Amino acid sequence: MFAAGTFLRAQDKFYTKTGTIFFRCTKSPLEKIEATNRSATCVLDTKTGSLQFAILVKGFEFERALMQEHFNENYMESGKFPRSEFKGQILNNNEINYTKDGVYNTTVKGRLQIHGETKDVETIGTLTLKDGKISASAGFSILLSDYNIHIPSIVSDKIANNVNITIDCNLELFKGQ
Amino acid sequence: MKSKKISLLAILCYVISSAVSAQENDLLQLFNDNKPKKEYIDYAFKSTRVIMSHSMELLKPGTMDFRILHRFGNINGGGYELFGLDHATMRMGFDFGISRNFMLGIGRSTNKKEFDGFLKYRLIHQSTGPHSFPLSLVVVAGSTLQTLKWNDPAKKYYFSDRLGCYYQAIIGRKFTDRISLQVSPTILHQNIVPAISDPNDIYALGIGGRFKLSKRISLNFDYYYRFNPDKQGETLNPLSIGFDIETGGHVFQLHFTNAIGMNERIFLSETTNDWGHGDIQFGFNLSRTFQLKKKK
Repeated sequence: MFAAGTFLRAQDKFYTKTGTIFFRCTKSPLEKIEATNRSATCVLDTKTGSLQFAILVKGFEFERALMQEHFNENYMESGKFPRSEFKGQILNNNEINYTKDGVYNTTVKGRLQIHGETKDVETIGTLTLKDGKISASAGFSILLSDYNIHIPSIVSDKIANNVNITIDCNLELFKGQ
Repeated sequence: MKSKKISLLAILCYVISSAVSAQENDLLQLFNDNKPKKEYIDYAFKSTRVIMSHSMELLKPGTMDFRILHRFGNINGGGYELFGLDHATMRMGFDFGISRNFMLGIGRSTNKKEFDGFLKYRLIHQSTGPHSFPLSLVVVAGSTLQTLKWNDPAKKYYFSDRLGCYYQAIIGRKFTDRISLQVSPTILHQNIVPAISDPNDIYALGIGGRFKLSKRISLNFDYYYRFNPDKQGETLNPLSIGFDIETGGHVFQLHFTNAIGMNERIFLSETTNDWGHGDIQFGFNLSRTFQLKKKK
């Protein structure tokens, strides 16, 4: 009976380990400050609408190696704070029919942890259901100052305090490990 | 009766705990493979040089480091010489990151109109996790070429007389985010030396380290102990102490040193200044990294 229980629960969960998270905090057109992480873990529990992300900060790739070094060493301190997480909830989960293909608008609210600081974030996104797979996407922005990430004045004309983040994940049914 | 009570309590506890876990519902736990992964340790130094010596760091592939090194005259020259600033020598260099573990560079110093070049390869990269190794091991092979006109026109010189070479193994470790240390056994060979009693091969042990004072500033030291200096004792072991200051795209290395010259051949064999007598020079290195090949 216990095994059957886990089996049923597993049917509700969708996941990926190769989600894409992209951010941009470019201020000057001369210097593009953006990076992509292609190994985000994302889990969605369709039954409860619970949605969670985790990434390794070191996994962000920049076009320029020096920028990546500064990102890890000076801003995110990825040695000290290796992981970032989001734990949230799809607020309108009961409006989504997970058995039917289609595009659903969602509102997600939760807590985002970056650089050791946790803040509430809320955003709208979409879930696209097709052939038993779910693709989730969202875009939102945060302030670096909210996460205790300080921009020195010498580069304040290049790095924006306002960071735009976009998320793209193709989720598959979790069949247990 | 008592055992019944305990089992009831246990069931109660189980029910409560499972209810709590259902609410918390940490989905990520499902995928949080606790298998530790091998991770390489980077950024032991802010640049590929401690001050005068190669550091255990390599350039990232696809980048070029344009380095301009300056050394001024002796500080104890006094105000008349503006504490040495009236005299400057420099070395201009271009270093290239070829792959994750391989870089090379060329440079030319005004002192003796000397060219130098080196190849630098990382055999072991310090890492954590399974199959990790707590140290980095980097090997450097370099060569120097003087192009100054020979001072004795009557004497027959060969092209090979202009050449020198050095081999170095750098064993280093980033102990903490702040502290990195390295030792580097070095052999320097010169085809021609000023006096017959001078050794053609100098064996030396370099010791270098950094202490990070803030995110963008570190205190560095760089020293060589030579096992077989010249018998007259005219030359001394080079010691440099300075700060690495990182701005957006540059690393400035401001330092004080008794070393003469800015390549391994010259600072190991021709350093005549003595810290004890105040024969120190101010110097600054400027490193600017360019991304030649963009990722993706």
